[in-house]
Amino acid sequence: MAERKSDVKTGVYVCHCGSNIAGTVDVEEVTRFAQEQGSVAVARNYKFMCSEPGQALIKQDIEELGLNRVVVAACSPRMHEPTFRHLCETARLNPYLLHMCNIREQCSWVHKSGATEKAEALISAAISRAYYLEPLQRREVPVSPAVLVVGGGIAGIQAALKAADAGRKVYLVEREPSIGGHMAQLDKTFPTLDCSACILTPRMAAVKTHLNIELMTYSEVVDVQGYVGNFKVAIRRKPRYVDESLCTGCGICQDKCPWKAENKFDCGLGQRKAIYTPFPQAVPNVPVIDPEHCVYILRDGKCGACLKFCERGAIDFNQTEKTVELEVGAIIVATGYDLLDPSEIGRLGYKRFPNVITSLEFERLCNATGPTGGHIVVNGQEPKSVAIIHCVGSRDRKYHEYCSRVCCMYALKFSHLIREKIEGASVYQFYIDMRCYGKGFEEFFQRAASEGATFIRGKPARVTDLALSDEERGKLVVVCENTLLGAVMRVAVDLVILCPAMEARADARDVARLFNLSQSADGFLQERHAKLEPVATTNDGVFVAGCAQGPKDIPDTVAQALAGAAEALALIDTGSVELQAATATVDEALCQGCGRCEEICEFHAPTVSINGRLIPVSSINEAMCKGCGVCAVACPTGAISIRHFTRQQILAEVEALSGVPV
Amino acid sequence: MNNGFEPQIVAFTCNWCSYAAADLAGTSRIPYPPNVRIIRVMCSGMVDPIYVLRAFEAGFDGVLVAGCHIGDCHYISGNVKAEDRIAKLRRLLHTLGVEDERLRLEWISAAEGGGFAETIKELVGQLKELGPSPFRKETAA
Repeated sequence: MAERKSDVKTGVYVCHCGSNIAGTVDVEEVTRFAQEQGSVAVARNYKFMCSEPGQALIKQDIEELGLNRVVVAACSPRMHEPTFRHLCETARLNPYLLHMCNIREQCSWVHKSGATEKAEALISAAISRAYYLEPLQRREVPVSPAVLVVGGGIAGIQAALKAADAGRKVYLVEREPSIGGHMAQLDKTFPTLDCSACILTPRMAAVKTHLNIELMTYSEVVDVQGYVGNFKVAIRRKPRYVDESLCTGCGICQDKCPWKAENKFDCGLGQRKAIYTPFPQAVPNVPVIDPEHCVYILRDGKCGACLKFCERGAIDFNQTEKTVELEVGAIIVATGYDLLDPSEIGRLGYKRFPNVITSLEFERLCNATGPTGGHIVVNGQEPKSVAIIHCVGSRDRKYHEYCSRVCCMYALKFSHLIREKIEGASVYQFYIDMRCYGKGFEEFFQRAASEGATFIRGKPARVTDLALSDEERGKLVVVCENTLLGAVMRVAVDLVILCPAMEARADARDVARLFNLSQSADGFLQERHAKLEPVATTNDGVFVAGCAQGPKDIPDTVAQALAGAAEALALIDTGSVELQAATATVDEALCQGCGRCEEICEFHAPTVSINGRLIPVSSINEAMCKGCGVCAVACPTGAISIRHFTRQQILAEVEALSGVPV
Repeated sequence: MNNGFEPQIVAFTCNWCSYAAADLAGTSRIPYPPNVRIIRVMCSGMVDPIYVLRAFEAGFDGVLVAGCHIGDCHYISGNVKAEDRIAKLRRLLHTLGVEDERLRLEWISAAEGGGFAETIKELVGQLKELGPSPFRKETAA
């Protein structure tokens, strides 16, 4: 392509962004400066370049003045590069001939003085770089029309159902023996007091029967390769030792099994057998044998009660771990949250006093399928007075600075449930602030308050069994400064319920690495944009939904899950995806075939082969190249360059920047 | 000494972490000195030692190369390669009489807007102490 550099005609467009840029940067001065630069045919400024009239201005110049380079000096390219690239396309200018110059986030917003000079330096660099830009062709590859959903809590369930309803193949992978997640452990849900299981279990059953969903429980994703639209995923399926196709879920194996273990689903409050279904409504309703407690497995075939009693012959101790490989176009990560372990906070007495419990333990106590059959009984006794301590590890710089967003509301729900189940019980809410911001929340607060809970504003200093009076004897005492009264209070109760912070999963870092995602400072998975791309991630084709992204309640989780499904469908239904155009390219005349690129590339994009030439040379598989540039730097002869980030382009920026002093 | 000396810094920041951190510093309105000019690269592993050498040659007083934390690279290990190259480059610069502090390698995640601003403040302070780069043309003096 024989474009002579003297033919380069650049248009420079300086955005005021209201007063965001123009308040600090002298946009008139900067425009004059731009106008004087070598290849610049026109320089203009406008209030909002991204607005329709702003875009029309650029389009008109491209068409009428025959511009072949466009520099937009405005916000970060991470914000509006797609907008202006699209604009160039509509004006029939190759979108890669656009360069954005960041004079908002990296200039006007951070500098009071010197912002105009810096903007000029950045614009001069942008004009220089634009001079060397080359038109690039976008490439498209077909997508695998299937969706992988990771995590079978309410987020994963809703996302899977929606994508499957749209007619797409969905793989739902859950590492526990059943789907349901935390929501299956809850008793009632705020603020409507719907029974959690009543609204959840029909959805779980729908997952099982949906023709488009392949459910893989007791399984984990162990490897993710490929790229947007074409991921290759490996799933490890742990042996259940029960044949899912033969088992009828009759439960006789669980009745006959003589070996017991702590019931994790009930937060360790009760026991289950070594062969077990985590809870009665489990999906699939097929038990699993816990190899750590099954004596048949531990002692080489001694026992076998389940084997003897299963009429269908579904017990199969010969099962082994299997790895399954899938091809999917989009991935929704809905891996949920962990509750903070309050034993970290010694002063609150968790694990020291049996009548200090967590909110999730209380949910199990309230639940009809729980260890007490739905009776609130701790230590063999029904509590007559209960303290509920909010913000345990949330809004606390020692643990988590953030608010967990659900505790105020479920604490109010607990008030209601306690007073419903135990006549005359007194409930004390120890809170920092009541945050009842959602639909119907304030109304629920008013209702719970009018039902007779006592609200004490303050963060309890400690929970102790040291009695200072006869009334305190045999009870737990919550010691707390009531910050409204300015006095220290001692409140004696029979039961203390802690509301621990929702925190990122202990293995969130591994999940982030596996799917190539970022984590925010609090450890949760990071969305691409807090407002406008709440479920997209920095890895194209991978979306995040539910509490994996941050603490949230069920309605917000479901909304995000459905958004995730919509994103996945939007990606898959176009049938093809656009690939990175800024990939590596080899100048065969310079390549010596040394193979350094092959060695250094993490993505196996370069291959050195002879291919009918005199000496072997490297070639790049563009579908696999991510454009990171590692090979270009490593290449000893300079044969490899990265399109859109060539040496010439970057050095042009360096030179131009050095020309404008600070 | 060096009254009124304003060091000139060029920063090569990776698109995924450190460039995003600089954007976050902006969105959060965390001020830092305007002495730094940022060049966006896709990965710290894309920064050719030539870029750094040319920057010193062109008269910059300091160069910052910033990428994702080790283990968080968008391209798996580009930052590891950058670390390796910068270490070698540092030795070369040393023989050219360029002080160690003038070339800085920093891992700044997309969540660390404050960290980005701190790095720039610190670097500007250090370079003010050091004075102009030995390669800087005699114009500013």
